[in-house]
Amino acid sequence: MDFGILLIQSLNAFQYGLLLFLVASGLTLIFGIMGIINLAHGSFYMIGAYMAFALGPAVDRWLGGGFLATLAVCVLAAGALGYLLEAAFFSYLYRRNHLQQVLMTYGLILVFEELRSILVGNDVHGVPLPSWLQGSVPLGGVMTYPVYRLFISAVGIAVALLLYWVIARTRLGMMLRAGASNREMTSSLGIDVNRLYRLVFAAGVALAALAGSIAAPVSSVYPGMGNGVLIICFVVVVIGGIGSVRGAFLAAMLVGVVETFGQVLFPSAAGVLVYLLMAFILLCKPEGLFKQG
Amino acid sequence: MLNRLLPAATLLALAAFSWSGSDYYTGLAIKVMIYAIFAQSLQLLVGGAGLVSLGHAAFFGIGAYAAALLSPESGAAGLWWLLPAALLAAAAYAAATGALALRTRGVYFIMVTLAFSQMAYYVFHDTKIGGGSDGIYLYFRPELSLAGWMPFDLGDARSFYFFVLACLAASWGFLALLRRSAFGAALAGIRINEQRMRAAGYSTYPYKLAAYVLGATLAGLAGFLFALKDGFVTPELLAWEQSGLVLLMVILGGMGSLGGAVLGTMALVLLQELFQSQALFGDYANHWHLPLGIAIIALVALLPDGLAGLPAQLRERRHARAAAPKPGAAPTHRKAAPARLPIQGEPHV
Amino acid sequence: MNHALTRAALAAALTLAAGGAQAADKIKVGFMLPYSGTYAALGNAIENGFKLYVAEQGGKLGGREIEYFKVDDESNPAKAAENANRLIKRDQVDVLIGTVHSGVAMALAKAAKDADTTLIVTNAGANAITGPLCGPGIFRTSFTNWQPAYAMGPVAHAKGHKTAVTITWKYAAGDEAIGGFKEGFEKAGGKVVKELSLPFPNVEFQPLLTEIAALKPDMVFTFFAGGGAVKFVQDYHAAGLDKSIPLYGSGFLTDGTLQAQGDSAQGLLTTLHYADGLNTPRDNAFRADYAKAYKAQPDVYAVQGYDAAQLMQSGLAAVQGDFGKKEDFRKAMRGATVDSPRGPFTLSAAGNPVQDIYLRRVDGLENKVVEVAVQKLADPARGCRL
Repeated sequence: MDFGILLIQSLNAFQYGLLLFLVASGLTLIFGIMGIINLAHGSFYMIGAYMAFALGPAVDRWLGGGFLATLAVCVLAAGALGYLLEAAFFSYLYRRNHLQQVLMTYGLILVFEELRSILVGNDVHGVPLPSWLQGSVPLGGVMTYPVYRLFISAVGIAVALLLYWVIARTRLGMMLRAGASNREMTSSLGIDVNRLYRLVFAAGVALAALAGSIAAPVSSVYPGMGNGVLIICFVVVVIGGIGSVRGAFLAAMLVGVVETFGQVLFPSAAGVLVYLLMAFILLCKPEGLFKQG
Repeated sequence: MLNRLLPAATLLALAAFSWSGSDYYTGLAIKVMIYAIFAQSLQLLVGGAGLVSLGHAAFFGIGAYAAALLSPESGAAGLWWLLPAALLAAAAYAAATGALALRTRGVYFIMVTLAFSQMAYYVFHDTKIGGGSDGIYLYFRPELSLAGWMPFDLGDARSFYFFVLACLAASWGFLALLRRSAFGAALAGIRINEQRMRAAGYSTYPYKLAAYVLGATLAGLAGFLFALKDGFVTPELLAWEQSGLVLLMVILGGMGSLGGAVLGTMALVLLQELFQSQALFGDYANHWHLPLGIAIIALVALLPDGLAGLPAQLRERRHARAAAPKPGAAPTHRKAAPARLPIQGEPHV
Repeated sequence: MNHALTRAALAAALTLAAGGAQAADKIKVGFMLPYSGTYAALGNAIENGFKLYVAEQGGKLGGREIEYFKVDDESNPAKAAENANRLIKRDQVDVLIGTVHSGVAMALAKAAKDADTTLIVTNAGANAITGPLCGPGIFRTSFTNWQPAYAMGPVAHAKGHKTAVTITWKYAAGDEAIGGFKEGFEKAGGKVVKELSLPFPNVEFQPLLTEIAALKPDMVFTFFAGGGAVKFVQDYHAAGLDKSIPLYGSGFLTDGTLQAQGDSAQGLLTTLHYADGLNTPRDNAFRADYAKAYKAQPDVYAVQGYDAAQLMQSGLAAVQGDFGKKEDFRKAMRGATVDSPRGPFTLSAAGNPVQDIYLRRVDGLENKVVEVAVQKLADPARGCRL
């Protein structure tokens, strides 16, 4: 592989990793702060993608907005959905043990997939790109790199920085960290922990939905798209350390590199490599790359 | 006393069912029996040793693939070596992966078992070892012939039914005996409080590993029977959805008992049949995942001790109502929520 | 157990009640098709095509009415044997029609053979079904994965391409299609320099597209279907590769996907046993009837379902509707000439269509026929012992 191709493959790995990070960050926050194993997180990704497809024309007609407006609507709608879901369903999961959480959210996946089938049908759909995001940047002699993939990477980096700033440098972040380490004490200090959890959950759902709606033009919108993402994201979260956004970022990059180069260098072993990576890391550092405290 | 009779009664009823006259429903019963073996093998881990594995389907699949891959295309293999080979394959993978996985705990253990089963899945899905994602055939069921005499022919539907039933009875009996043995008591101790067991001088790791390998071997048996049943094996047998499904069967039935695992299996299989029935739901039967998902959520939420624990739950409810005269009285004593696995971490960047 | 017996009685009673008239007078046709998931549209198209032909015959085949049974196979090979047995053992159908996914079809074929039920495969192209698993009761009105891909070989070479890279999913349909193209292309004098693949149903193509750019072949041949086809064509275009390395594919690359692919697919050349713009009286009549009945344009899947009904009719006509004469019924079907909208075709000894493969070009939202790539192409049916 010559140097130019190596660079391009690295770019591919980086972009894929950032997309994974978008989904995984929501999962690690929910997992880390509320201690809920949520298998339905992949469904939120799917919901985001389907919203991008279904709401695009509506946003265009009634709000006069384009692609970015659709993205914003998807994120807000998903956040609202997350808020309601937490109140209606997930808040009951705190008291349950992990086994029950796994199984109840497993049932939730079935429900979401089927609702999607009833509401939107089973066809595969494409989501069109606005003209300012189409086109490609020439890289090397033969190949061009799609501008949209650079856009995805940019959004990923922006979200990463935003998350860092919120968690490390704002009062909200401080409350989150407090609520995670000691729920009773925090609430006795007058902070409404229930509302806090609801916000975090909504944010997690919004992040996953953002990833889905951003990926939709590239990956198409199709039934079952959530399941593939789910498992990989759990791997990312566990490798990175549960509750660690920094860990999720690093792990997502690692997984991106392994998957991308694995596909090209060892196509038949590619699927196995990521799991080998996870097993290896867990055996060296049983709690992931970044532990708490 | 009732608890002793119920397993025997169940097995007898299953035996009687083989004369029900419907080819399709006896096929369904065979499926229930095979999955019951699978669920019981997981119950040994979850309800016995307290090890929650989300990768148990790997051993099921390995048993199935061993049967399909080692059977020749043009004739029947010998049961006397095919069955042990399949069991050995499953046990070997469990020994190798269990030795590593059991060094982790809690949710990390869950994830590592998931990782190892996904690895096995991808080996069968992406490489030329199996038939890839489309699966492979098993053309002839193995036969047992002792110097020319065949005590039974697995190609015959009824003989196969009773062979599966015999395997269920054997594995059920074995697991029940195991529970009552010193080994089973040690496992229970480990499940309840591993620290204490270690303080008492037990080296818990070999016990856990032994349980893990035993559970895997029985899962391999179930997989072996599955391959024989339809003659068709696919990588989906190792997928995490399958691991989730068998975990569901164990919890639905009540993870505390072997009979519960059987009950949970029956319930889930029948629920699936019910919701898919076009006779009852007409065109809506296409969307059968929806009522199934809702049913799963409801059952897990409302029956924390599973179906097997339902009589006890109702009894408690009745006693509580009789004992608490005033409204607003302190809530009745409920079993303490099972200890949460320690995974909470504060979010940090 | 009691539970199950009651269930059995209940289901049986309700099925009979729903069935209505004496079961003996109606022919039982079982559809095992994907009614959910990615291939649901294809499943519906096949069923629509079948029922259209029956409606054209006045609602009867061979003078008898049809009773339909359906099972959703979810394109899931793991549940296929079980689903097949629902139709064969529970509903006891006379003829099985199905399915889309090759893995599912393989399990379906085995179950049908074991129970000696007649099966007409209406899409799945697994070579094995009319190969090692062939049988007197197994028929196909669609194609083998090998056929349309093979046909592209000589065409591509005639266009002056000497080297090719292939890319597909690593599953039976992909492997067999690439095998077919490789055979056709190398027989004509070309050379496949590298065969790229990724696991099914992965759609992250970027790394492999980069690899293609590095290899710089004369052309790329691919097999993808459904959502993967949409994404691949879009990604190939977005990577700018279509300007320097032309893309060719088996027809599924652009069938039913043009709406989603839009501009990125324009001008693509593919080979398939059906095309738009054939402009024969038979095809025009079929298209008009289909559009009137279902308010949509038919596609290759609808044609395959339609032809399955035609095939059944030819069999039933030969035995005057008497299903008891199973052997004569099957022999008549084997020897039939089906007057299909795609053009008339016969069946090989293994049960697969011997048919013309068309070269098509994407023009707007249609795959317009350019010419006949290979005439009367028969699949070699390797491994079939009939």
